[in-house]
Amino acid sequence: MAQQKTYEEINEKIKRGEAVVVTAEEVIKVVAEKGVKQAAREIDVVTTGTFGPMCSSGAFINFGHSNPRIKMKKVWLNGVEAYTGIAAVDAYLGAAQLPETDPENKVFPGRFTYGGAHVIHDLLAGKEIRVEAEAYGTDCYPNKKVDTIITLDDVNDSFLFNPRNAYQNYNCAVNLGDRTLYTYMGILKPNLGNASYSTAGQLSPLLNDPHYKTIGIGTRIFLGGGIGYVAWNGTQHHPNVLRGENGVPKTPAGTLSVIGDLKQMEANWIVGLSYIGYGATMAVGIGIPIPILDEEILMYTAVKDEDIYCPVVDFKEGYPYSKPIDLGFVNVADLKKGKVIIQGKEVITTPQSSYPRARLIAATLKEWIRQGKFELTRPVAQLPGADADIQFKSIPERNPGGISLNGNRRNQ
Amino acid sequence: MKNKIVCYFSAAQSEQPIIYRLVKNYDLVVNILKADINPLKQGYLVMELEGGKDKYQEGLSFLKSLGVIVEPLSEKVVWHDDLCIQCGACASFCPTEALAIDRDTMMVSFEDAKCVLCGMCLECCPTRAIVLHFDIKEAV
Ligand code: SF4
Ligand code: SF4
Repeated sequence: MAQQKTYEEINEKIKRGEAVVVTAEEVIKVVAEKGVKQAAREIDVVTTGTFGPMCSSGAFINFGHSNPRIKMKKVWLNGVEAYTGIAAVDAYLGAAQLPETDPENKVFPGRFTYGGAHVIHDLLAGKEIRVEAEAYGTDCYPNKKVDTIITLDDVNDSFLFNPRNAYQNYNCAVNLGDRTLYTYMGILKPNLGNASYSTAGQLSPLLNDPHYKTIGIGTRIFLGGGIGYVAWNGTQHHPNVLRGENGVPKTPAGTLSVIGDLKQMEANWIVGLSYIGYGATMAVGIGIPIPILDEEILMYTAVKDEDIYCPVVDFKEGYPYSKPIDLGFVNVADLKKGKVIIQGKEVITTPQSSYPRARLIAATLKEWIRQGKFELTRPVAQLPGADADIQFKSIPERNPGGISLNGNRRNQ
Repeated sequence: MKNKIVCYFSAAQSEQPIIYRLVKNYDLVVNILKADINPLKQGYLVMELEGGKDKYQEGLSFLKSLGVIVEPLSEKVVWHDDLCIQCGACASFCPTEALAIDRDTMMVSFEDAKCVLCGMCLECCPTRAIVLHFDIKEAV
């Protein structure tokens, strides 16, 4: 297909305030009315959005030094530990981290009211956070203890760096057992009592660019209400899966690792979540613009909920014990209508990802681009595509017989 | 029978082993849901009381004889739409459509009058935007 537009041409139009931008929802109608050819000529950018729980998220923080200086061995923010196995006052606070005092699932199901994600949200909300740090003390970093109060303004740097976000498609979770399950997909009632799903469907970034033709490393995005970038393919990026004729994966596939300055984000778009019986996690708002370089790219963005399928997975045995139980696929349009048929039974659907928020993100990004505040970027490198030789691995079960930790090599 | 009640009491009453007597003398099952006693030893106790019909009435009379003010508990579910992220999870658990999704906009709304206080939404809401509110008066 002949190239119709370049990134540079689109950016010129954005600068002049002339770019034609529509959301991934609006584009469906435009294509239906005008046809692919004309729509591809007219539309410059399609904006996507998603807002849902994404556990693999967290923030790097550089606290600045105490006087005397400290090399933190451990650090807690409002009682939630951040990882400090890096430079002296650098730390990484994971969204799913819990305070040591959390009762967890000792009284089942646990409530998990506060975790790393809630701390990050509180930082964004401008709240005061207690920071406690311990150290063993060195000649260069003599201090052994810090106990103070900070706000986001007080730290040198803080950037969100999420190893795995924006899953391209996701499982629809059900419970074939006879007791209620408390999972990262929410509460699953027994005997196919409900079907829980988590996708923005036709608005979801990677479902609108199924072959990663425009979304790649370096792509500028809406992240948490501010501007961020795609840093890498996310962990568990697994593009070579079953796909429909439209190229859309029928199982979880690609993922993104994203990065962005926390200081310019908003509390509204980074929200701490508490999943009963499971743990703490974070709702992350992501929006990605797709430049309409040619007709093929436009066609992908016109994907409808009806064209997207999710595999149904049992969380009693199937998921936790990796048992292959075939429950077929369900359609996102049906999931959104509130009922699907699984094993001949009508099952109520439970959403986890916020469609109204996804819609708002796509609309916000559209406005930013229309006002010339946000220009598009050509990826500096592509994400591994469907033809990449990526295997989905599990932890090997081996017997650690020897005592040598670094001398033994496998397969040699 | 089984009911949720609020007991308001004064300093003199809070000195007494009220719960112990309810259990021992009236054979009632007492489940304390919420309690607040101020430094002046005045306060309230929200509890679920369960037992035989006669014993239950006698237990209540005993409380009243001590001067404790007993009222049926009025609870309600409060939806904080500023905390709600519009995920829609609660609506799929709500048996009465008090919490319901508009399928065009996928927006969730809450209609107080339809709520039967089953409590499902309190468990499943990941942002804790839905809370149970006890209607408690200022200290009596
Ligand atoms: S308490 Fe029960 S009836 Fe009331 S809103 Fe929640 S789920 Fe619906
Ligand atoms: S579960 Fe909570 S956050 Fe989600 S729609 Fe209901 S009230 Fe809002």
